[in-house]
Amino acid sequence: MTMPWFIRRILGIVPTLFLTWSIVFGVLQLIPGDPVMLALGGTPASDEVLDNERRRLGLDQPVYIQYLTFLKKMAVGDLGNGYSSKQPVSEMIAARMRPSLELALGGLLVGIVLGVALGIAAGLRPHGWIDTAMMSSALVGVSLPSFWIGMLLIYVFGLQLEWVPILGDGIDALILPSITIGLFLAGGLARLIRSALIETMTQDYIRTAHSKGLSAVRVVAKHAMRNAIIPPITLLGLQFAVLIGGAVVTERVFARAGLGSMLIDAVLTKDIPLVQGLVVYTTTAYIVINLLLELLYGIVDPRIRSRRA
Amino acid sequence: MTTAAPAAATTILPPRRLIARTLGAPGAVAGSIILAVLVFGAIFAPLLSPFDPNATRVCPRLAAPSFTHFFGCDLFGRDIFSRILYGARLSLAVGLLTVAISLVAGTIFGMVIAFLGGRVDRIGVRLLDVMLGFPAIVLAILIVAVLGVGAFNAALAVGISGIPRIARVIRSATLTLVGREFVESARAVGASQTRILRRHLLPNLLPIVIVLGSLDLGGAILSTATLSFLGLGAQPPTSEWGAMLSAGREFMRYAPWTMIFPGLALFLAVMSVNLVGDRLSHVLDPRASGHG
Amino acid sequence: MAEAPLLAVESLSVAMGVTPVLEDVSFRIAPGETLGLVGESGCGKSVTALSIMRLLPNPPGRIIGGRILFDGTDMLSLDIGALRAIRGDRIGMIFQEPMTSLNPVYTIGDQIGESLIFHRGMNGRTARSETAKLLDLVGIPAARNQLDRYPHELSGGQRQRVMIAIALACRPRLLIADEPTTALDVTVQAQILDLIGRLRHELGMAVLLITHDLGVVAEFCDRVAVMYAGRIVEEAPAAQLFKQPRHRYTEALLHTMPAANPPGRKLPSISGTVPAPADRGEGCIFAPRCGFAIPRCANELPPLTEPPHRLRCWNPA
Repeated sequence: MTMPWFIRRILGIVPTLFLTWSIVFGVLQLIPGDPVMLALGGTPASDEVLDNERRRLGLDQPVYIQYLTFLKKMAVGDLGNGYSSKQPVSEMIAARMRPSLELALGGLLVGIVLGVALGIAAGLRPHGWIDTAMMSSALVGVSLPSFWIGMLLIYVFGLQLEWVPILGDGIDALILPSITIGLFLAGGLARLIRSALIETMTQDYIRTAHSKGLSAVRVVAKHAMRNAIIPPITLLGLQFAVLIGGAVVTERVFARAGLGSMLIDAVLTKDIPLVQGLVVYTTTAYIVINLLLELLYGIVDPRIRSRRA
Repeated sequence: MTTAAPAAATTILPPRRLIARTLGAPGAVAGSIILAVLVFGAIFAPLLSPFDPNATRVCPRLAAPSFTHFFGCDLFGRDIFSRILYGARLSLAVGLLTVAISLVAGTIFGMVIAFLGGRVDRIGVRLLDVMLGFPAIVLAILIVAVLGVGAFNAALAVGISGIPRIARVIRSATLTLVGREFVESARAVGASQTRILRRHLLPNLLPIVIVLGSLDLGGAILSTATLSFLGLGAQPPTSEWGAMLSAGREFMRYAPWTMIFPGLALFLAVMSVNLVGDRLSHVLDPRASGHG
Repeated sequence: MAEAPLLAVESLSVAMGVTPVLEDVSFRIAPGETLGLVGESGCGKSVTALSIMRLLPNPPGRIIGGRILFDGTDMLSLDIGALRAIRGDRIGMIFQEPMTSLNPVYTIGDQIGESLIFHRGMNGRTARSETAKLLDLVGIPAARNQLDRYPHELSGGQRQRVMIAIALACRPRLLIADEPTTALDVTVQAQILDLIGRLRHELGMAVLLITHDLGVVAEFCDRVAVMYAGRIVEEAPAAQLFKQPRHRYTEALLHTMPAANPPGRKLPSISGTVPAPADRGEGCIFAPRCGFAIPRCANELPPLTEPPHRLRCWNPA
């Protein structure tokens, strides 16, 4: 058997996916009102039209049949058709994926650069001035509303200084939203790197590395970072997973037509298949990225590989 | 065993000493002062606000801040200062409601599954893990999709989406208590399960519950404001900070005060609660006070 | 000492925060010589070793006085660059815990070859074949196949062999071995000591062996220095010290050796404990535990006499 841990992990997400989708289905069953009326967008219709529509959507079936059909469809990536656009939800998601992905990558980039730099600076000198400043501003940071920060950035850099455009599809329009997301990401990342680094730097193998005469930079970059990197990678991966499902708030602030704004619109128009499809997409992405992260740990840390073997 | 669980298991300080120790850090003092001002403003909003928060055309549209209108005016000529005062009422009340929902439901859920153990616990934990796999904002939005928009529903949604996190912490805290002597002896003398839960476990979990609540309140205020900003929470013309920010976004080029002041109020409220909560959790932290 | 010493530690004093942990520690090691530094745990042996390499974590560790001359250069006055040129090249070091002293995420080949690349400027390929030779040297068979293994795949003894390979990669003139066998099984202990003993002769290097195990010292060292509570209390050629210990602490320590006692009986131990720094008087720190203490012992610190048999005692055996 080659790489059994690999396969076992992949199979392991099946029950999680199943449970997650079931919860989405179950929750959306609770929406009050007749789905058929919602599907027809509230336009008055005869009983006959209603019945036809009901049959077309499979809503005349008992709930458990609907549930099984739902699971079967989700498993093959069929997310159904949106109520308002009548288009396949999967196509609608695909069409809006790009702005969200761009923003996710931009935010991740800013977050990593800022978070890694601050985290290392603070972690190498605990109680130094960078560390003190960072730790004492942490509570302030988590208290800042991201949409307010986004708006302040727009006001200062977009409207007053006019350094960057605040709208559009270009890369420069991506700067401010990326900073908005990156700032919040960097805060958490820096703190994680800091504590992982502080712990790692006291390990015996760091002393060994110093005893070889290696430079401080090499000791940190090679011997400490690879050991300290798993918690930060986890955070980044999961944040990325959330972001590719759409940075709901930031997209709203910067009027970007990504998946996040689509979810809000879907909720406001009670487009159930679209809400359902988006939530299934987001949670599935989250679970899959979680899995990829675990596979990645095996590459970073050989002990994990053999423990699972 | 007729008395409640021994007090030795946890240390609950008398309120006066608790307050004294909580105020032992500069951040907590600053937080308490800001919070006190906000609470005062919220309670006495009707007396303090110079204008009716919903009265339109009390001043020119989008008028800049002045001595009569401290924070300026919005698109409908409403006084932003008055609206922020009333917004404090709503935000604090909604925050408390939200945290109460998470705490009550989360504590009961976590306590019961840990206490019953076995298959119930396994299924419960599995469920919690799956729920925690939902990004918090997505879970809240999903619940709003079911409940419909509105300030109360947003609070409900944020409260419900906070349950799994609380439940998980309470579950592990309960597990450490279940094996303790006082629980064993209560069982031995034949106390009923609900009695053990209510009289023996709950009092011992209370400090943790308070810590969790104090740490969650800031986030709860922020999350409900976020939902309102997204148009899923409080609806116009309600004086709510998130909704005010959403409206202010449109006009910030001409009237930046429409977004600066509501945002500042929200930030200060969340920060002051976080500062106090953080300190309170340090003082109350069961581990720091030699428990467990 | 006729020959110029390779290492001369002179009046070294070290503090952890405000607590002194080493006071006035002096000793010398000649080229090719092996000095054993013995004492109970916490007496300052490891602090001495780490101070020589300037690896003592600071804070809290602080060298507050003395000199450490390696081959005539004062280690304490070197800038970090010059210090790094010595570390791992001219002085190699092995540690007590082979389990945690190797980096878990890199292969052993990588970790051994690192010094060669750094100090000898070798390229990856040369370093790799040199590393394989080193593994052969430290007795890890089929060395080529072992280069790509990770520390967790090796036994404790093998890991310590890897540590030795790292320390010896650049053929240092001095090897500092800080309790190299303490964490290992008894049979493995002997193997590792044999290995160090053999390599010492093959490479002609001096060894500073730090241990709490007098048995190890007896068969291994040329000279022995005994430490108690941060001070050297006795130092003599090994044979002489074992035959005729003069300090009462050394004497007591020898009595606790398993070899000195009939098998099956409980080993004697030294009664009392080392007093905390705050509770120490003016006199000999061992006095409160010493069965032969005279009044002077409690009031006045005995000086350390001159070589070849150095001693810090008012009432020696």
